[in-house]
Amino acid sequence: MKEINYLEAIKEALYEEMVRDQSVLILGEDVGVYGGAFRVTEGFYEKFGEWRVLDTPLSESGFTGAAIGASLVGMRPVVEMQFADFISCAFDQLVNVAAKNHYRWGAATPIVVRAPYGGNIHGGAFHSQCIEGFFFNVPGLKIVAPSTAYDAKGLLKASIRDNDPVIYCEHKYLYRRIKDPVPEEDYVVPIGKARVAMEGRDVSVITYGAMVHTAIEAAQMLKDKKISCEIIDLRTILPLDKKSIFTTVQKTNKVVVVHEQTKTGGVGAEISALINEYCFEYLDGPVIRVAAPDTPVPFSAPMEEAFIPKASDIVSAVEKLVRY
Amino acid sequence: MMDIQRDDLLQMYYYLKLTRKFEERITSLYHQGRILGGAWTSNGTEAVSVGYAFALEKNDIAASYFRDMGAFIIRGISVKRIMAQYLGKKTGVSGGKEGNVHIGDLNYGVFGFPSHLADNYPVGAGAALAFKIRGEKRVVAACTGDGGTSRGDFHEAMNFASVRKLPIVFFCNNNQYAYSTPLHLQMAVKNIADRALAYGMPNKIVDGNNVVDVYTAAKEAYEFARNGGGPTFIECKTMRMHGHSEHDSAKYVPRELLEEWRKKDPITNMETYLRENNIVKKEELDSIDTRIKNEIDEAEEFAETSPYPSPEDALEDVYATPVEE
Repeated sequence: MKEINYLEAIKEALYEEMVRDQSVLILGEDVGVYGGAFRVTEGFYEKFGEWRVLDTPLSESGFTGAAIGASLVGMRPVVEMQFADFISCAFDQLVNVAAKNHYRWGAATPIVVRAPYGGNIHGGAFHSQCIEGFFFNVPGLKIVAPSTAYDAKGLLKASIRDNDPVIYCEHKYLYRRIKDPVPEEDYVVPIGKARVAMEGRDVSVITYGAMVHTAIEAAQMLKDKKISCEIIDLRTILPLDKKSIFTTVQKTNKVVVVHEQTKTGGVGAEISALINEYCFEYLDGPVIRVAAPDTPVPFSAPMEEAFIPKASDIVSAVEKLVRY
Repeated sequence: MMDIQRDDLLQMYYYLKLTRKFEERITSLYHQGRILGGAWTSNGTEAVSVGYAFALEKNDIAASYFRDMGAFIIRGISVKRIMAQYLGKKTGVSGGKEGNVHIGDLNYGVFGFPSHLADNYPVGAGAALAFKIRGEKRVVAACTGDGGTSRGDFHEAMNFASVRKLPIVFFCNNNQYAYSTPLHLQMAVKNIADRALAYGMPNKIVDGNNVVDVYTAAKEAYEFARNGGGPTFIECKTMRMHGHSEHDSAKYVPRELLEEWRKKDPITNMETYLRENNIVKKEELDSIDTRIKNEIDEAEEFAETSPYPSPEDALEDVYATPVEE
């Protein structure tokens, strides 16, 4: 095992997959000569050349469509959205072409769209959004969102080897802020499987992405108050690992769902609905959502700070639930 | 004219006529209420897809659009399966998951058509990119209508393909109307081919009602692309003789315009050409016509007697690799 950060994990997964499989290629803005806006593909151009690391024109729909076409004839393209926010320009290709190819005419579309998402970086409304909700309602897509370096590497490898279109949500805030041990040898983290990030008995906190770390921080604070939290890191958002969700509900009977995405119609709404529909008799209180307010991501530091859920928000929600 | 073998000319005639007659049968079934949903035909513009598809090689790709029935058939997708798709049957190309002209089958190198026009332009460019990367001498034919050339995907694909000199030929079936909107309300350029200039792409305008012209231009552009020359844009000027789909009487099209184009019918033209140049005898054409009628009768019979899919089938195939629950 060696310790690497979240960004290095993404980079290693990409690099190793490109060495392992000639059909893997990268397309995106500034991914080649420059090495990517966040330097994820630094050195790739020199190693793999301009035909496997393609600097594209500014045209998200065009190069996402091209990735889809290449995948239909045997390639495994990885598209980099410079910022996840720009994925809106490729919405049609992802939602109407990639997601429906297999259902409509039996053609597998093995593409990965890397989406550097999330706030806390003072990026404003167009460089901070959580985009998973835009695609959560689209059958045929898969969405993953790792919270650790280990999962970032293993999930990206699994996504590249998967035969369906995968939106890979990598949280920008985590890039160089977290580090954890990663095996030297090849491994994958299976798509569709959540993990228990922390065992506990009183309240379940179901979350993903950067919020896993916020939830852990909250759990430490609650520990001092003798409240034990179980943290579920979803890892895959679409399709949801219902089994893991139901298992934790049946264990603690109290659930807080946390995400950085805005509240209305978010992933948390679906989780809450699932629990209500299938685990109602196990509940000792309402499922509470801790999420960003329904506004665009604000710019100014105090406003953005208030926008993004904090450990203290989770603590309040858990305490409220414990009182039931 | 290019030196084209007699057999090839007869084949193109056969495909033109089969496309016309097959779509006429679909139209007739539509008016009898026997097909599901709508019916979109290439009536009057058949020479475009017949010409470009007939010039392709077996391993090439057709990234087609909805007025490309000729291409679907030439690539090898049987009229039986297409008719079954129109009727929503399990034996249809998509097993009932898709309807009418949404034909796609990788076994025959045909990319499925999304209704969002020109979506297949970037998708086609991606396949061409793969061929270029792997050093394969394969090409892609992508097609859209005049309407599709105003969408962003058209421009993004044209630009990308030209920058990377990809082995793709972009066709435009310029049939004068995007549903009811005439060309002059769609664009301010005189020719759609002018749009290629902005991307530094070679372009050509051909008579879209002359299958030999379309075929010849396509063949040349494919060879250019196969040899590393990059993409070409080919505007095929033609006229949609029916409405946007069969529910549409196309009252917005001036009758004189239709009359003018009726004289240039691509199938009658081809027939006259074959006869006047003594390439074919009347009996031979008659026997082709008989063969076509039989094929269409068989397709209708096959589709009518085929089973419907079951409701549960609708839950299958969302993913290529389903996630274990």
